Amino acid sequence: MMTKPLLDVRDLRVTFRIHREGAMPWSAPLPLHAVGGVDFTLNPGETLGVVGESGCGKSTLARALIGLVPAEGQAEWIDGRDLIGLSPRQMMKYRSDIQMVFQDPLASLNPRMTVGQIIAEPLRTHHPGLKSAEVKDRVKAIMEKVGLLPNQINRYPHEFSGGQCQRIGIARALIVEPKLIICDEPVSALDVSIQAQVINLLIRLQKELGLALVFIAHDLSVVKHISDRVMVLYLGKVMEIGSSADLFADPQHPYTQALLSAVPVPDPAHDLAGSVVPLSGDLPSPMNPPSGCVFRTRCPRAQAACAEQVPALLGQDHRTACHFPGPLTDAEIARARNTEAA
Amino acid sequence: MALLEIDDLSVRFATNDGEVQAVNHVNLSVEAGETLGIVGESGSGKSQLSFALMGLLARNGRASGNVRFDGQQILNAPPKVLNRIRAEKIAMIFQDPMTSLNPYMRVSDQMAEVLTLHKGMSKKQAVTEAVRMLDAVKIPDAKGRVRLYPHEFSGGMRQRVMIAMALLCRPQLLIADEPTTALDVTVQAQIMTLLADLQREFGMAMILITHDLGVVAGSCERVAVMYGGRIRETGPVGPLFAEPAHPYTQGLLHAIPRINQGGDELAAIPGSPPNMTQPPAGCAFEPRCPYRREGCDSQRPPLEVFAPDRARACFAPLPDVLARRQTVHLRDIEIGAEDPVEEEATPMAAIAGAGMAGTPSKVDE
Repeated sequence: MMTKPLLDVRDLRVTFRIHREGAMPWSAPLPLHAVGGVDFTLNPGETLGVVGESGCGKSTLARALIGLVPAEGQAEWIDGRDLIGLSPRQMMKYRSDIQMVFQDPLASLNPRMTVGQIIAEPLRTHHPGLKSAEVKDRVKAIMEKVGLLPNQINRYPHEFSGGQCQRIGIARALIVEPKLIICDEPVSALDVSIQAQVINLLIRLQKELGLALVFIAHDLSVVKHISDRVMVLYLGKVMEIGSSADLFADPQHPYTQALLSAVPVPDPAHDLAGSVVPLSGDLPSPMNPPSGCVFRTRCPRAQAACAEQVPALLGQDHRTACHFPGPLTDAEIARARNTEAA
Repeated sequence: MALLEIDDLSVRFATNDGEVQAVNHVNLSVEAGETLGIVGESGSGKSQLSFALMGLLARNGRASGNVRFDGQQILNAPPKVLNRIRAEKIAMIFQDPMTSLNPYMRVSDQMAEVLTLHKGMSKKQAVTEAVRMLDAVKIPDAKGRVRLYPHEFSGGMRQRVMIAMALLCRPQLLIADEPTTALDVTVQAQIMTLLADLQREFGMAMILITHDLGVVAGSCERVAVMYGGRIRETGPVGPLFAEPAHPYTQGLLHAIPRINQGGDELAAIPGSPPNMTQPPAGCAFEPRCPYRREGCDSQRPPLEVFAPDRARACFAPLPDVLARRQTVHLRDIEIGAEDPVEEEATPMAAIAGAGMAGTPSKVDE
């Protein structure tokens, strides 16, 4: 029997209502589908990487999972409860199970609170009965765990470097002993050498504590390194999802292939210009997404059928939402280059 | 003679926390048509180095040394001289195209301004030339879009507009300061390919400043690695990536996850970069260095040539560094995470160029 997933997300949708520019104040706002029907499951202790270009809905997805933006659809927690549409009071119980780490390490810490107060705050909220001395002990223990010195407890965030601030953010997420941490671009603001420290820390903590991670990043190398499974998003839809090894070695969706081909490799012998599959044009507006497959306007393999039917996410473990999956042929890559050059 | 010769360039900032030594005694040269990559982390001085060349330092900044472009002294030259060189001989593009374009001006107007000012063209001629250049950077429907405002373009398109604007006067040298850091990988690949094409077409030299070793590997001929305001290693890109001769270069290359190979734990460089208001007496990398030895903390290693066209600043014997290149592993050098050591907590506000990787540096007065 398969283990029950920690989180089972089905047809998750986030729609923003946007007032048109120059429209009359009483005219109806238009819908913007930031996340348009995302399905995935997350097992306990697993890391799911979420990648995609800016504007593909990665951050909105994260915020929807934790209830920071209103969403529709279903997100079933391991105890059978649907997290979508819970009142703040009902959500409270789950907040200690699901924590978040944000992108900008300094901006996500209150500058007027000491590190000790910042890390203790979730604990005081979720366990108001704890005695001060106990809170302090637990804060110190968690600081040590993330590589901060317990004697820095009374310092303020501005006295720390970017990497250390991110450690504080991680400590704050960990202190309520969550089962799932959602990391929204946790290392993209950090320097390479510091980035590696934080990634190693996350991996180590995950192993020690059996945490599940949703790891959102635009850096594909980082995602590949940390994730068990990877989900590729484009315009709010899942293009492909599969185990990290599978997806990077044998990407099926043309978009995944284009995305992977564009990653710079730190090896002078690697010929990026010779291997990159260019994507023509820009990301279409999410206010007015293409009919059928949302990727078809930039796809080197697009055909008439792609405009008519929305491709379903098919497959067992490695699932692809494409009418014509499979590796791009040389002819298709050449065609993509020609459209780009024209 | 090289196109650009930088000789003993130093940049200092006077701040309330004391003097920040952002760049220290840098020597570099760029040949005509060549691409030089300058790599370093936040606060390593790479951006301030380029600002100093262009006379764009903040008011509390002072540059000293010699910089000759085409034989002419340009460092601290009067604005009148610099204005003839900027845009016409040396152009610069920045990280964030939205903040470097004027949001109140149409693209046609801001591009034409460059040409009317420097080349004395009429407005009409200038706009025609601007459209030609937008075509060259592959902006579709350049003629129709030249009348748009910057906010009507996407991020990648804005960066193309910036590049087109920089190339209007056909400069001999283009300084690109983190040109793709704010862009998605797919767009980054387009922009880097475009820059390489244009460089060939116009025969310009380029200084590419970046923190991304992948970008450097893909587009540069020579690389200079900076740390703590000094150059740690220079050399042609192939040998430098294959056999990094400085512990810091080695550390950087070990610390990045790679898409083309699996791996277990990353070999992070422990500790954090130095606070440049109180630069260490010895080598700035010493506290984080796995090869540190006696004397490293009191004396600064000079940049010494050790092979044709390659130089490094390190006291550790070269064979030692090269021998351990493969075997250096996390266990040997990891101190940051396992047992916390009292780090010099470097307040972000005290570092020149503090902030996110690749943000343009600002120093408060």
